[in-house]
Amino acid sequence: MTVQDLADSGLFSILNEGDDMDREITKPFCCDLLSIAMGKAPAGCAWVTVMGNMNTLAVASLADAACIIMAEDVPLDAVASGKAKMQGITVFRTELPIFEAALAVYRKLGGFDADRPHADRDKTDGSPAENSL
Amino acid sequence: MDDAIHLTYEISPDDFTRAGEASSDVKKKLKQMGVSPEAVRKVAIAMYEGEINMVIHAKGGKIYVDITPEKILMILDDVGPGIPDVDLAMKAGYSTAPDEIRSLGFGAGMGLPNMKKYTDDMAIDTRLGVGTKITMVVNI
Repeated sequence: MTVQDLADSGLFSILNEGDDMDREITKPFCCDLLSIAMGKAPAGCAWVTVMGNMNTLAVASLADAACIIMAEDVPLDAVASGKAKMQGITVFRTELPIFEAALAVYRKLGGFDADRPHADRDKTDGSPAENSL
Repeated sequence: MDDAIHLTYEISPDDFTRAGEASSDVKKKLKQMGVSPEAVRKVAIAMYEGEINMVIHAKGGKIYVDITPEKILMILDDVGPGIPDVDLAMKAGYSTAPDEIRSLGFGAGMGLPNMKKYTDDMAIDTRLGVGTKITMVVNI
């Protein structure tokens, strides 16, 4: 799924449309501590956070995230908005909490086999339901 | 004949609005040169951590970057207070950053460990009251 596909899905509103909308999203990543995100955010991730300052934009750019998703309806401050435009980083916004926003991305990426019922999954796994945890 | 590209950046102290500009510039240049995305990412992360450290802990400083076909050499030179215990500073989670830095999302004690993790070679030369010089290499 590309950043454009995520934009087109209508899941989130768009605060800033970046330069690389064709970028493939690898996985969702959740973290609000920039020091941790810097070292751990996977390249191409959709980074879900409530930390909306200018350093978020710098970390997203340098750690090579595909896009940022601001959860809990948190806005970007004015300096951060300017930086998003300047650096061409796509930023989404949603009322969803962090976990649910990341889960929505995960599902769009085909995680959990895109919402197949548990019973179906257990059948194809070939493992009893009680052992599946 | 010297075919290396030399870049020099002045890092302003206490200026978080500009922190990351030097790293972003190096990242952009490396991308334009066609350096592999993985090496670009390593340089960007390591240099940004160093840049943030210079803004938080030192009174700014200079970053010198040499780019050759084989490697990227970064020298971060500051005239800050120096690091009293380098082994402790290298420990993940150890931080002396003040509260206002933590409220910005930094100060988790991951700067130096991240720099080590994302470089192929790193050396710290520090003297109390004089400054710190960190040399990092990322092989291409």
